[in-house]
Amino acid sequence: MRTKKVIRIAWQGLVRNKFRSLLTMLGVIIGVSAVIIMISVSAGTEATISDQISGLGTNLVFVYPNFSRGGFGKDVQNNSGGLVYDDAFAISDQINGVKGVVVEQNSSQMVKVGNITIDDGSILGTTADFPTVRDMDIASGRYFNQNEVDRKQKVAVLGSSLAEELFGEIPPVGQVVTVGSIKATVIGVFEEKGLVGEVDFDSRIYMPITVVLQKFTPSRLSKIMGDRVKMIYVSVDENAQMDDVIGQIELLLAKRHDVSLDSPDFMIQTQQDIIQTKEATTKAFRNLLAWVAAVSLIVGGIGIMNIMMVSVTERTREIGIRQAVGANPNDIRLQFLTEALLLSLVGGFIGVLVGIGGAWVFGILGDMRTVIVPSSILLAFGSAAAVGIFFGYYPANKAAQLDPIEALRHE
Amino acid sequence: MTSVPIIQTDKVIKEYGMGNVRVSALNGVTLTIGENEFVAIMGPSGSGKSTLLNILGCLDRPTSGEYYLAGEDVSNMNKVQLAIVRNRKIGFVFQSYNLLTRTTAVDNVLLPLIYQHDDTMNEEEQYQRALKALDSVGLSDRVMHQPHELSGGQKQRVAIARALINNPVLILADEPTGNLDSKSGQEIMALLSELHKQGRTIVMVTHDDAIATFAQRIIRLFDGKIAIDQLNGQHQPAGAIQGGEDAN
Ligand SMILES: Nc1ncnc2c1ncn2[C@@H]1O[C@H](COP(=O)(O)OP(=O)(O)OP(=O)(O)O)[C@@H](O)[C@H]1O
Ligand SMILES: [Mg+2]
Repeated sequence: MRTKKVIRIAWQGLVRNKFRSLLTMLGVIIGVSAVIIMISVSAGTEATISDQISGLGTNLVFVYPNFSRGGFGKDVQNNSGGLVYDDAFAISDQINGVKGVVVEQNSSQMVKVGNITIDDGSILGTTADFPTVRDMDIASGRYFNQNEVDRKQKVAVLGSSLAEELFGEIPPVGQVVTVGSIKATVIGVFEEKGLVGEVDFDSRIYMPITVVLQKFTPSRLSKIMGDRVKMIYVSVDENAQMDDVIGQIELLLAKRHDVSLDSPDFMIQTQQDIIQTKEATTKAFRNLLAWVAAVSLIVGGIGIMNIMMVSVTERTREIGIRQAVGANPNDIRLQFLTEALLLSLVGGFIGVLVGIGGAWVFGILGDMRTVIVPSSILLAFGSAAAVGIFFGYYPANKAAQLDPIEALRHE
Repeated sequence: MTSVPIIQTDKVIKEYGMGNVRVSALNGVTLTIGENEFVAIMGPSGSGKSTLLNILGCLDRPTSGEYYLAGEDVSNMNKVQLAIVRNRKIGFVFQSYNLLTRTTAVDNVLLPLIYQHDDTMNEEEQYQRALKALDSVGLSDRVMHQPHELSGGQKQRVAIARALINNPVLILADEPTGNLDSKSGQEIMALLSELHKQGRTIVMVTHDDAIATFAQRIIRLFDGKIAIDQLNGQHQPAGAIQGGEDAN
């Protein structure tokens, strides 16, 4: 009952100066919302990364072209600095421990079936190992084989939601779909896969990469050097040594491209490398926000301390009156400490609301996934309370030590 | 009267300042006041009246000397103990009312009850008791008024209700009519006389002879010393009645 009374007295003290109290809370509000946004962003990134791990399939090695290797001049004229389609086959034929190799090439084309038209249908040109490497299951029909890729067969496999959109109830396998300038026969439909990272695997058309390269993304250079590709995925056998396979790929590609291993024209990354890079970026961002949060909590605390000092001076007479009727130093200290605590807790509460809203806005505006972590709300409240007590103690103690006579004489 | 006096002081000295610039406000005040006395303290400005009253009210501590309040030595108590004494044994009425602003009359009156740490009285009981105290000073129709909505006389009556709520052994008033016109002043004095008749012990500082006539006994301070201590209407030297009780 006494605690209730103490809180009520402190609350009345704050409500008397609503606007000032709000300004005082601003620092705490910013600090607390920063804490919540920070944690939700990093939780979101972690969730995205873990989705990617499960979505990419395991034991993946990525091979990229590397255009930024040292020095212009000779190397550039040498026409190196690119991966070509045939590199993928070399890897799959000549390296031990490789389960599958996939080459991907994107394109966007008009897709048409009957009177249903999709203006910018997403086309993915791949090779026969794609379902194995990317963990995709066929729901009906089949995937194209390497023979069909080599012979540039106009066949298509549909993502589940695209199949639904184009054909509805009709079984798609055996139907014909118009993709850009060509007509392709549907030979299979994938099971639903969902979003992987930010890519929707279910709304794409999968076609032999040879068709995509020839019909949709032709390049004049391809006649001389072979078709350039943006990335080669290599899926490594579970029991093979990752490092060993990477070493072999490096040697092979260096030989094929006639470059030295010190300045290769390609880059090899594992899934682990990619995750680490992403994590490093989020960590930098998280650290920055942690500093923002810490600094604004401290600034907020100083704000509370400042206002409490002013308040103690302003209310010296009130303190004297309370002392005259029997308040002891502990009562006075408790009252002002409670006020500081209430300021920071109410600020913390508003900060939690702002933080949740801010995390939501971040998720929508930035291409960042945010996940509100319930324990971050507790942490935010806890640090706000700690700030209130820490910075409220000095003014409260100053109030407690006032001499009753002098306090009563204060104008 | 009881054997234990309400107030008993021995050579109370109060000095202000430090080093060689010391001002002594009280110069050895020895004083006894018994139960149910109504005493007026008078004297020129700066003679130490407020200083004495503050010490009697446990708002301040003497530099040296002893003070027994209702038999209890309070001259060497710490701040927490003094707060308890103020809360339980003393009701203080100030010249400038000293009510909490933006706080209703009833909340002002029950303020001392909030600081009764060992009390089991619940909020409803506290409220009822404050209402009764306001009723006893004739303010039952001003319960929810805030100080700025009350006249000076009404404010002082709220302050008296607050002084009464803990049923103190001693009521102290420092120029309670000092800020009031003579009519309101008379009403406040009538109220204090009534309390005296009900058995209260009252010590009051005043400059006003007309106000002092309400008291039974008048103590005149001069330069921090008791110059005259006499029953009202009599002219007796201080020494003759030192020792208090026989004044009744
Ligand atoms: N805090 C203080 N510091 C220094 N001197 C003080 C202090 N308080 C009081 N005094 C001095 O003590 C003396 C007595 O003061 P006190 O207030 O008791 O007088 P008083 O009799 O109540 O006067 P008045 O009738 O004007 O109210 C005065 O000389 C005053 O200047
Ligand atoms: Mg005075």
